[in-house]
Amino acid sequence: MKKEFSVVGKPVIRQDGIEKVTGKSKFADDLVFPDMLFGVMIRTDHTHAIVKSVDYSKLDTNKFVIVNADDIPGSKKVGAIVKDQPVFCNEKIVTPGDVVAMLVGEDLNELRKAAKSVKVNCEELPVLSDPLKALDENAMLIHPELGSNKIVHYPLRKGDVDKGFGESEYILEEEYSTPLIEHAYIEPECVTAFIEPNGGIKIIGSIQNPHTTRRVVASVLNYPLAKVRVVQAELGGSFGGKDDTMNILSARAAVAALKTGSPVKIKYGREESILESYKRHPYFMKYKVGFNSDGKIKAMKIDITADGGAYASLSPYVTWRSVVQATGPYEIENVHTDVTAVYTNNPYTGAMRGFGSPQPIFAQESIMDEIAIRLNKTPVEIRKINGFKSGSFTASGHKLRDHDVNLFSVLERASDESDFEAKWNENQNGKSFDLFKRFAEKSIFSSEELLVKDDEFCDENIWKNGIGLALSFRGCSLGAEGIDAAAAYFSLQTDGSAYLLSGLAENGQGLRTTFSIIAAEELGISVNDIYYLEQDTGIIADSGPTVASRSTLMGGGAVKNAAEQVRKRLEIIFREKFNLDEKEEIKFANHVVSDYLGKVKIPFKKLVTLASSKGVGLSSVGWYKGPDVYWEEKTGQGEAYFTYAYGCQVAEIKVNIITGEVYIDKITAVHDAGKIINLLGAEGQVYGGVTQGAGYGLWETVDKVEGKIRDLNFDQYLIPTCKDVGDIKPIFIEGEEKYGPWGAKSLGEPTLELGAAAIANAVRNAVGQRHRNLPINLEELILSRKLSPEDLKRGSAV
Amino acid sequence: MKIDLEFTLNGKNVSIETEPGKRLLDLLRKDFKLTGTKEGCSIGECGACTILLDKLAVNSCLILAGQINGSDIITIEGINEADVLHTLQQKFLEHGAVQCGFCTPGMIISAYALLLEKPDPSYEDILNALEGNLCRCTGYKQIISAVQDSAKEMMQD
Repeated sequence: MKKEFSVVGKPVIRQDGIEKVTGKSKFADDLVFPDMLFGVMIRTDHTHAIVKSVDYSKLDTNKFVIVNADDIPGSKKVGAIVKDQPVFCNEKIVTPGDVVAMLVGEDLNELRKAAKSVKVNCEELPVLSDPLKALDENAMLIHPELGSNKIVHYPLRKGDVDKGFGESEYILEEEYSTPLIEHAYIEPECVTAFIEPNGGIKIIGSIQNPHTTRRVVASVLNYPLAKVRVVQAELGGSFGGKDDTMNILSARAAVAALKTGSPVKIKYGREESILESYKRHPYFMKYKVGFNSDGKIKAMKIDITADGGAYASLSPYVTWRSVVQATGPYEIENVHTDVTAVYTNNPYTGAMRGFGSPQPIFAQESIMDEIAIRLNKTPVEIRKINGFKSGSFTASGHKLRDHDVNLFSVLERASDESDFEAKWNENQNGKSFDLFKRFAEKSIFSSEELLVKDDEFCDENIWKNGIGLALSFRGCSLGAEGIDAAAAYFSLQTDGSAYLLSGLAENGQGLRTTFSIIAAEELGISVNDIYYLEQDTGIIADSGPTVASRSTLMGGGAVKNAAEQVRKRLEIIFREKFNLDEKEEIKFANHVVSDYLGKVKIPFKKLVTLASSKGVGLSSVGWYKGPDVYWEEKTGQGEAYFTYAYGCQVAEIKVNIITGEVYIDKITAVHDAGKIINLLGAEGQVYGGVTQGAGYGLWETVDKVEGKIRDLNFDQYLIPTCKDVGDIKPIFIEGEEKYGPWGAKSLGEPTLELGAAAIANAVRNAVGQRHRNLPINLEELILSRKLSPEDLKRGSAV
Repeated sequence: MKIDLEFTLNGKNVSIETEPGKRLLDLLRKDFKLTGTKEGCSIGECGACTILLDKLAVNSCLILAGQINGSDIITIEGINEADVLHTLQQKFLEHGAVQCGFCTPGMIISAYALLLEKPDPSYEDILNALEGNLCRCTGYKQIISAVQDSAKEMMQD
């Protein structure tokens, strides 16, 4: 029988909404503490250098306290997987964001001036900025103690690619690249550390993963985990970005708090945030595909190099997702994939929404369209010939079953909704590109033919329409990256109100609301009856990080489990009272508890009071553990994730072939995220993810010169404004799924990973030219290359 | 050097002795403890610090204390009566226009300034009013519809 929901899937106002619209929410920098000091960083002008000495002679040491590596009682280096990142770089600088030491004092402005008076004497080393040269025999080693610039290499081998290419009628080889990009959460990093009355240390800040931060701070202080308490302030956006950076800032603040005995706040401005925080990996991707005239892909060989920058961070996990998903949602008999992440002196890269998927999706979806065009098929046709169905095997040999493999459903729905094939064919066939071709084929400075006549400047000649789509499957949650389990605390009060908390953190995505909906649904109460508690490692169990679009699935599972435990206890009391046997189904809805037919009923509050008077425990800790997954490192084979989400986005654009501007008229986003719990939140994820995808496709890139970042603020690093993207249409297909709360799975990242690829395909459809290097900005479109600045001057590039 | 300032803040007359070169943003957040106004970029690009200065939406990171004597300033804390949300605040909630909430105060103030000037704004007017406020979470769509809906409702009132 299909369950009727009373709260799930309905529009619900955010749990934290009133505080946010009235300005009452307390973000990390809104918190002040008595006798609070500030910490300001000391850096160098170098990208790669040995630190010879630090000259503090001009510093007023009565006013400022110096905090450096000598003050660290525990681990001097940290890192999620490889402990390669010093909290303070007292020996060597490997990237411009590196911090040598920190000054602590009362006045932030004075501190900033004082930090400039400190001279760091360095011996420069050669800079390695090209990741494709990182593994050369004579390459400079970024971390000589590790013996190589290789962070990680994942092979995936399925079938026999040589045989597959031998059997192919056509072979296509293409190279693609994607840029370094910034999370650009609007709230810059901020954290305060202070000593607690019980002798422990407390951290409160803009922290994405409080339990991860706790682990890092405890290792740096050499404290037991329980002696460190990390509390999350209201978080002003993260998108994967407030993890490693915040762990290190928290550790610095904690060391300084111990040294000074006062609360120490570290607060970054935008420049410092962009300078030091990690970013999304640039990928350099070679794809070789063998296929036949019937459209069937016989073999795919992929070689990907990811620029990990100066520190490993989460590169080994990011690139692992890439190796699992790099062939896209297509069943291919013979696959040979290598993904390698390398060290360079560039800003380091780690987790960012998408997490190793937006890059290969851009390449794989571009090449799918190229195959279609060569075979005179449509993008929809080529994907249907090769796409996953129930029972298909992925590249890692995972047979897709036990859930709705809704790849065709999302593809067909997106295609129908946008009238895709008719529009695509019309753009593909019916237009002339004389003007554009003249620009593209001739040098601007040498040909008079480029002079455009008046009557050629009409809208029809200048604006070309294009439509493109991109399709993906995405492994839900962590997969074989690590242990996948989450906790929740649910405590019903005697008046029917309740406390709720999960070990996963509210990063703005709306998790408090989603979890409250789940608990409210379970007990037939209203979301307003639930008070969501503050995220505090002291009161809730480590539930793994808030990443991988796993909150609703894993945390939601834990919340449901916690509420279910209490519900079952209430059911026993209800049965006792009305002499019902165990088989009788009991309904909790609209603050009333009844038997299924409604013959006997009692208000929820009364039942709670009754249970409480009988000594029934009304609190519970829920736990949800994902099913086991498996991965064979040497061959890249295994059931990598326990389930998958499917999505398809169609981009309708127009290209100004004179200026190279691309305007997005509409994006239709169809996602199977399983059961939708929080409708407004889910739609918000789509709008936000699509817009970030558009930024990735068209504008965003962190330009750097010898590892030094040029775009340090929003005057140069361009994220989409409200004017930049036209319509966005979210459509949900709710496939059946046995895991997660009522079958809810992942949405946040699928919404982001498809946009750039769909836009690139739409541009191809509009102008007949393939752009293989993101972003497709003005110069890429007109000149098919990037105009990277050669210096760090602000303002327009010359 | 310090100067004496008198101005109206969220409907109340206030006075303070402060440095003329202090940013209005710092004056509001630190001296008046109005932390609803946020700092996102410090160079007038992101709009998180938007406040209403004599009925105009401005970036308070670019205004100095010495410029505001005698003016009328409204921050996010000043647009609603106690316990009753302003229509814009209510509509932002109903439309799901809030995610992390860091850009929200600035965004609401920009919309507030727009509706003061143009109670019946066109879609273009709304985009023009909000283009200086960056949001990385929402993709703006629910924000735009919240402003449209607010205008409609406020016109009826």
